[in-house]
Amino acid sequence: MTDNGEQTAYTEGPKAPAGGDRETLLEITGLSKSFGTVHANRDISLRVDRGEIVALLGENGAGKSTLVKQIFGLITPDAGTISIKGDATKIKDPKDAIRRGIGMVHQHFQLVPVMTVAENMMLGHETVKGGVLDLDGARQMVRELSTKHKLSVDPDAEIEDLPVGTQQRVEILKALSRKVDLLILDEPTAVLTPQETDELLGVMKELAAGGTSIVFITHKLREVLAAADRCYVLRQGQVVGGVDDLTSTTTSDLASMMVGRDVVLRVDKAEATPGDTVLSIKGLQVRDDRGLPAVDGFDLDVRAGEIVGLAGVEGNGQRELVESIAGMRPSIGGTVSLAGEDITRSNARDTNNAGVGHVPEDREKHGIVGGYSIADNLVLNRYDEEPFAHGFRRDFGAVREHAVELREEFDIRSPDVEAPAGSLSGGNKQKVVVAREMSAKPQLLMAAQPTRGVDVGSIEFIHRRIVEARDAGAAVLLVSAELDEILSLSDRIAVIHGGKVVAEVAGKDADRTEIGRLMAGDSDHH
Amino acid sequence: MPDMEWLSRNKIWVGTAALVLIGAYAFYAVNSNIAVSMFSYAWFLAVPLVLGAMVGVIGERSGVVNIGIEGQMLVGAFAGFFAAAATQSIVVGVIVGALSGIAMGAFLAFSTVVGQLDQIIAGVVINIVATGITSFYFESGKTIPRGLPNFDVPLLSKIPLIGPVFFSDGPIALFALIIVFVLHFLLFKTRWGLRTRAVGEYPSAADTAGINVIALRLFNVTAAGILAGLAGTYLSMEATSTFERGMSSGRGFLALAILIFGAWRPMRALAAALFFGFMQSLASQLQASDVVNIPQQFINLLPYVLTLVVLAAAAGRVRAPGAVGQPFVKGD
Repeated sequence: MTDNGEQTAYTEGPKAPAGGDRETLLEITGLSKSFGTVHANRDISLRVDRGEIVALLGENGAGKSTLVKQIFGLITPDAGTISIKGDATKIKDPKDAIRRGIGMVHQHFQLVPVMTVAENMMLGHETVKGGVLDLDGARQMVRELSTKHKLSVDPDAEIEDLPVGTQQRVEILKALSRKVDLLILDEPTAVLTPQETDELLGVMKELAAGGTSIVFITHKLREVLAAADRCYVLRQGQVVGGVDDLTSTTTSDLASMMVGRDVVLRVDKAEATPGDTVLSIKGLQVRDDRGLPAVDGFDLDVRAGEIVGLAGVEGNGQRELVESIAGMRPSIGGTVSLAGEDITRSNARDTNNAGVGHVPEDREKHGIVGGYSIADNLVLNRYDEEPFAHGFRRDFGAVREHAVELREEFDIRSPDVEAPAGSLSGGNKQKVVVAREMSAKPQLLMAAQPTRGVDVGSIEFIHRRIVEARDAGAAVLLVSAELDEILSLSDRIAVIHGGKVVAEVAGKDADRTEIGRLMAGDSDHH
Repeated sequence: MPDMEWLSRNKIWVGTAALVLIGAYAFYAVNSNIAVSMFSYAWFLAVPLVLGAMVGVIGERSGVVNIGIEGQMLVGAFAGFFAAAATQSIVVGVIVGALSGIAMGAFLAFSTVVGQLDQIIAGVVINIVATGITSFYFESGKTIPRGLPNFDVPLLSKIPLIGPVFFSDGPIALFALIIVFVLHFLLFKTRWGLRTRAVGEYPSAADTAGINVIALRLFNVTAAGILAGLAGTYLSMEATSTFERGMSSGRGFLALAILIFGAWRPMRALAAALFFGFMQSLASQLQASDVVNIPQQFINLLPYVLTLVVLAAAAGRVRAPGAVGQPFVKGD
């Protein structure tokens, strides 16, 4: 085992052959579900046989979670049928789903933190002896189950004292104690360390060998190849592909299916005329929320007047990288400099004042203050500077005037700049953020997922603005999980994998398949 | 049964309890009359606090903050007393007092759990309404036949010190003592308790396990009102035989402090209430015996200051149920 589990393949010998004559456990036909005008699932059909592991692969927002929530009875489908062991009766609620042999391990564990493993296991279907909870029985049940499935847990341990991987084991045991035929795992590896991930994949195989079918959601390609018998690829709410024989599939095949071959959104832009280096990152190391290395020796230069697109499968350190440059997350090694000035240890405020504009990935949390007016949101980075303040006194007239100007310029659709920013639609919120960051004329514009959850019209507008910022001489670092966005905007593309740049290519020479392959971490051969 | 494992886990508590017991009996050996009267007075003062704290335990363990205990008590005292005065029946008075507590509990439960009203605001409403109603409808000069009588529990009342202190009181005081142990058992040993704690700590886990979070919270908060109502009737019909405006005089809020000091556990809350009662009893003893020459006001301050100190010390170490104060919305 190397220190980085993502790099080493999980492949452990040949997989079980895909089922041909096995019992069909779950069959979904024509399933559709909309939320408002958003089609979360469109005409989805799939099948799961007994004892097989099926992966649902797709980017964030592809509709995977919506799909499994319908199987577990948490959401009611608009159309289509879900048939379990040939019974297509509507699944009323989770209780009904459990009764029919479906178990689900949620992404956020449904365990009471201050209770013991045994107490959590019995919760909801307690056995009582003479009015008193039969805790001994519950402990015994935990021990039996954990021996049977080779998942060791201490029945008397309190949940909050257990590592995440063990908590997940408890969740799986909890589902198994309800005698499941089909176990659904919603992004089970998202919270796990590489080592815990390996263990989990092993457990899944054991369970499948014992006759339990497993459906698991992921956007990590290697996990699919390492554990699944078959896989369905979801994109924009639809099944865009199914792979029945994963033994002859590579991660790059899957990657290109996942990002799709849709029409590239065209952006008209002139040839870049790069100037001096503005952003220079050398050997940067940043830890993620769990304290594990996320950015691991990252090097990149971005020059004035060019857009550098950072392509990569989500979870390869992009978020931590951006947060670290923006001064929102400390780095543990390496340097970041802006036009020769060291900003490695600058906080968010100083970084901003040094000339870094940041369009954050999570705009609700880091981009706007929902309760503040649009006008105030537009000066969040400069409210205490002239002309918006004189000394300690704010100039509301100037703030308002500024807001009215930007509203015109950035096409923010709101009749009143004093309205709370939280009342705007997603696309208009994003325009507020983009307007604020660009109007400060930054030397470096850093845009993370700038068009996520934004309507098509706004996407085009934001793209055009990014190009204009470049033409005005800003260095632009674009981070996006949308390969199309990267391809259509970037003058240069850097591919990030495992927290470091694995390749750099010129934007006009970029080949989608090649980049997909690199994103999957497949850079050692060919 | 207190097996070895239980002892080692709770050695601080067992040790403290043993020390307190030894100290109390040493005191008893030195001067039995003063010891019995001081401890009796302590328990006399602690009874409404214990009942109030139990209301808090049930509510907060289910995830609902109840700062309306004060108001519930006041209405219980009022309704109980005037029902007893009107019917000239103490039994009717106690029943009406308990029912009025339930009614107030039901208001809190439905407005916060179903109506999703902020729990603090709902509690404040209860307190304001209680003060208003009990002042507006107050009639002076009403009397009840006589207060609830004290009686001796056979055998138990013969135990030196403990007997006269705990087992020679009125029925509500005895009930308060019993309910602490009953509630401890219910909370930690039964299905209801496991579910209640799950609902107060992590309701979505309870929900996915098929437990009806809303129904359980409604039931618990409403039912806990009985105890608040009884605390009120204790004030107007057992401790005294009269009703005065605002006679709960902050005991409901003190009960909340005791709830925290007691770490949301019935038995520890009992200990905390006794501690507070004893401090107050000590204050009046010092005052009466003239042993120290300090202005009376300072002595009266003593129990409150000590409570504040103890609370501040305990605050960092205890933890409230995880979902306290948060309304539960399914599928959130």
